[in-house]
Amino acid sequence: MIARPSTGDRTLAIATGACIVLVLVMVAAIFGTLISWGGPALSLRFFTAAPTSDLAGGGILPAVLGTAMVTLIMTLAGVPVGVATAVWLVEYAPPGAHTTRIVRSAVRNLAAVPSIVFGLFGLGFFVLFVGRGLDGALGEAVPRFGRPSVLWAGLTLALLTLPVVIVTSEEALRSVPEAAREGALALGATRLQMVWHVVLPQATSGILTGLVLAVSRGAGEVAPLLFTGVANYQPALSVDPTAGFMHLGHHVYVLATQSPDIDATRPRLAATALVLVMLTFALNLIALVLRGRTRRPT
Amino acid sequence: MSTPRRHRVVERLLALVAWSAVIALALIFLFIAREGLPALWHGDVGALFAPRRWPGYDEAAFIWQPVGKPPKLNLVPLLVGSLKVTTLAMVAALPLGVGCAIWVAEIASPRVRAVVKPTIELLAALPSVVVGLFAALVLADVGRRLFGFTYRLNASIAAAGLVLAIVPIIFTVAEDALSSVPQRMREASFALGARRWQTTLFVVVPAAIPGLTAAAVLGFGRAIGETMIILMASGNASVLAPFDPFSSARTMTATIAAELGETVRGGEHWRVLFLLGVLLFVVTSVLNRLGAWATDRLARRLGREVSR
Repeated sequence: MIARPSTGDRTLAIATGACIVLVLVMVAAIFGTLISWGGPALSLRFFTAAPTSDLAGGGILPAVLGTAMVTLIMTLAGVPVGVATAVWLVEYAPPGAHTTRIVRSAVRNLAAVPSIVFGLFGLGFFVLFVGRGLDGALGEAVPRFGRPSVLWAGLTLALLTLPVVIVTSEEALRSVPEAAREGALALGATRLQMVWHVVLPQATSGILTGLVLAVSRGAGEVAPLLFTGVANYQPALSVDPTAGFMHLGHHVYVLATQSPDIDATRPRLAATALVLVMLTFALNLIALVLRGRTRRPT
Repeated sequence: MSTPRRHRVVERLLALVAWSAVIALALIFLFIAREGLPALWHGDVGALFAPRRWPGYDEAAFIWQPVGKPPKLNLVPLLVGSLKVTTLAMVAALPLGVGCAIWVAEIASPRVRAVVKPTIELLAALPSVVVGLFAALVLADVGRRLFGFTYRLNASIAAAGLVLAIVPIIFTVAEDALSSVPQRMREASFALGARRWQTTLFVVVPAAIPGLTAAAVLGFGRAIGETMIILMASGNASVLAPFDPFSSARTMTATIAAELGETVRGGEHWRVLFLLGVLLFVVTSVLNRLGAWATDRLARRLGREVSR
């Protein structure tokens, strides 16, 4: 079909192959650094202790708890909305209509908004507008809702990850064969029964993919948390949704920039980053597996 | 067949919830504009953009020094800082990302592709604090040892970190564009006696140009909005040195992140920081529209074969 590779072919292959190698080397360098610096600091105590007040010792338990809480709130608030939006887009939206186009373009635009802007919004809307409003309505003397908290941070992240949930759920719903829908309708199901009993069950693993990807994205974001509830140091383990919280990603930032002795902090800093990376990568692997299952023809 | 009323209600609700993204977008703009735009009519607008000769200075200058007396809130150093870091990152990331895309789409065997592609995309899942950490601790040391930087953390280090964050985006969009070029265009080119490299550079790449443009635009949008990497690796001094890649840089995003916590609500400084947010929102939205437009053009140019 094609002539033997010429010098030009080889040059192109080497030049573009070098790009690949460079990127892969960088990925390896990041992992290598985190593992070689942080590996030795990983111990059971590291996971079960709170950091000491000077951040020079101790573990990451409060940060793990805070990350879990904020991610849970994000998921509970964001995923139902995202899935519902996707269901409407795939099953109800008139294709090509003006409203459909507006919704789609808003989803794309929302995905492009910088995360720090979500932080500003979370402060301006959730904390100051909704929170202060609630305090006023409930007659709280000291701000209870009108202060940064894990609740507001979670809701901010829910908005940030909404496009991920919508786009992946849409993909999952579209992969359900048209014949399944027609069969349900032919048996006398209403459109909603068809969605609930036929389409959604078949799209479950795809929707779970979206959920997992959203969690992975949300767990790694720090900028939106800065003004909405994250705390530099809060060793007490609390599950109060109106309190501030520690967060793995933010803890990495704090240890990296505010530690008095960076050389002493380095192992625990790298170990914290390693835990965060392992968490997001594990979630992405799960998503990859789930996605593979969706694509398999049923 | 009639639909039960209960179902109608649920369906109405669905249609309402589907506006979530539109509502979210509107609320975001509304609430950052509410805090930020007053800076334009209540504050000294001239001082935001024009150089000023401040007491104690010999000549008019663009200065961002919000805690100085008087506070100097000129946005130009921050705009220049953002543009400088982003442009530096793009200069490296665009060829790198497109190079990777060409290799994966045109050269690699399917089996190698199946491993390499997800690996690069996995890079996109790396939290930006981790990239920032890597840039600030490792790349900064490498940079100082190799080039003898005066400032350990500087614009080029932050840009190098940004490259890691945006290469996966550029790669994904560019690879999509290249793979969507119909096979028959390649075959026609081979039939005319063109080599693979000639086919790639003079047939496939030109056909995918709108998609490659989208890759560049979306990468730029992501880079200009990135916060943590820059906050950790750029040094954050607001010096106005647009053409010195090895000086410190303070970007719009890092400024918001570093300073909002210490401002008084409703004060001038607070408003200006929200104004920066409005600016970022508008710029990234416009870039996103441009990217979408370019992708649509690609789809139209290549005809129906794109719609897989």
